[in-house]
Amino acid sequence: MSSDVDQKMDIAIGHMLRVGVTIAACVVFVGWIFYLVGAHGIAPDYRQFHGTPIYLAHPSAIFHGIGSLDSRSIIGLGILLLIATPVARVIFCIVSFAFQKDRLYVLVSTTVLAILVYCLFFRT
Amino acid sequence: MGLIPFTLLVALTSLIAGLLGALTGLGGGVVIVPVLALLFHVDIRYAIGASLVSVIATSSGAAAAYVREGFSNVRIGMFLEVATTLGALVGAYLTAKVSTHAIAIVFGVVLLYSAWSSFSEKPSRRSRKPSQLAIKLKLNGDYPAAEGPADYVAERVPAGFGIMVLAGILSGLLGIGSGAVKVLAMDQAMGLPFKVSTTTSNFMIGVTAAASAGVYLARGYIAPGLAAPVMLGVLLGSLAGSRMLVKIRVSVLRLAFAVIIVALGIEMIFSGATGRL
Repeated sequence: MSSDVDQKMDIAIGHMLRVGVTIAACVVFVGWIFYLVGAHGIAPDYRQFHGTPIYLAHPSAIFHGIGSLDSRSIIGLGILLLIATPVARVIFCIVSFAFQKDRLYVLVSTTVLAILVYCLFFRT
Repeated sequence: MGLIPFTLLVALTSLIAGLLGALTGLGGGVVIVPVLALLFHVDIRYAIGASLVSVIATSSGAAAAYVREGFSNVRIGMFLEVATTLGALVGAYLTAKVSTHAIAIVFGVVLLYSAWSSFSEKPSRRSRKPSQLAIKLKLNGDYPAAEGPADYVAERVPAGFGIMVLAGILSGLLGIGSGAVKVLAMDQAMGLPFKVSTTTSNFMIGVTAAASAGVYLARGYIAPGLAAPVMLGVLLGSLAGSRMLVKIRVSVLRLAFAVIIVALGIEMIFSGATGRL
């Protein structure tokens, strides 16, 4: 195995992750400012758990809320972008292992991706 | 409390937690949940949701700095992520089945373990018997030691894999990175060099947390108004902390932070046992 290729791959992934987090943090920040400006006075009661509105529970619903500039949907979009960064890392690894013709690790990374996709889209 | 003071206090607390977490290497996420639950009286499920989001942010944000050092091992990380993501799925599923009292007690125990493990950095146990399984799975590599590249091969792969499933379950159940347990698996069980364990662990934390995040979103654990200040605060704090690392004497700070963690751990166990959380 070539640890030199691994190292270059690592560095590329590291930069990609940082860019992803920066974008996600900016989106969350914008949504947070909107949220603070638009909210009226008292902090919501987080003592009682009642779940968050269902429109945050699914990506398509979040995108719908962005259209109407709903602050919580913007924060939701930022969080989705954030969750996407490690997922992108796994996809990047699959491609990189494929280039190195490392079948075993294409399989291992694909398994991880499958578990992630299951958690994100077929969650119960 | 008014919204603006509440949200700013949460942001400031998260900033300090992220800063201390990065400076001491204990991670900021581990104190966010107890602080939100005990001081701000936030329901533990909202606290866990907000903390998990901040865990993904710090893991991905710190990755660039970690990989430049050349210690992390992509193959070992990816192989063990099969275990941690499966565990995270189970853990996130369990949050709906287990009472909040039980979650609080488990959380307290993990806090105590984290504090204890940060002061017992035993040298890696190396039996020098690289397993055939590890070689088949290419769980080897080299890292830049003082006297040039040093080779290593993983040992006791099934044990390491098993502990990683546990790390994933704890991560999914408690909304934390469970870095201490991940390092336990790689450093103590698999006999990997300490630096390789810690940097690979950081790399894995984001992927593990992403698995739980999907389940949390669907359950409504991630409240946007709370998650936003926590994520931004912890992220900024930990980025600042990782830059200050060289300039500050860490030992005193680490002791102080460990004392805080122990106090929070005992309080969590007490609150959980008496049904207040």
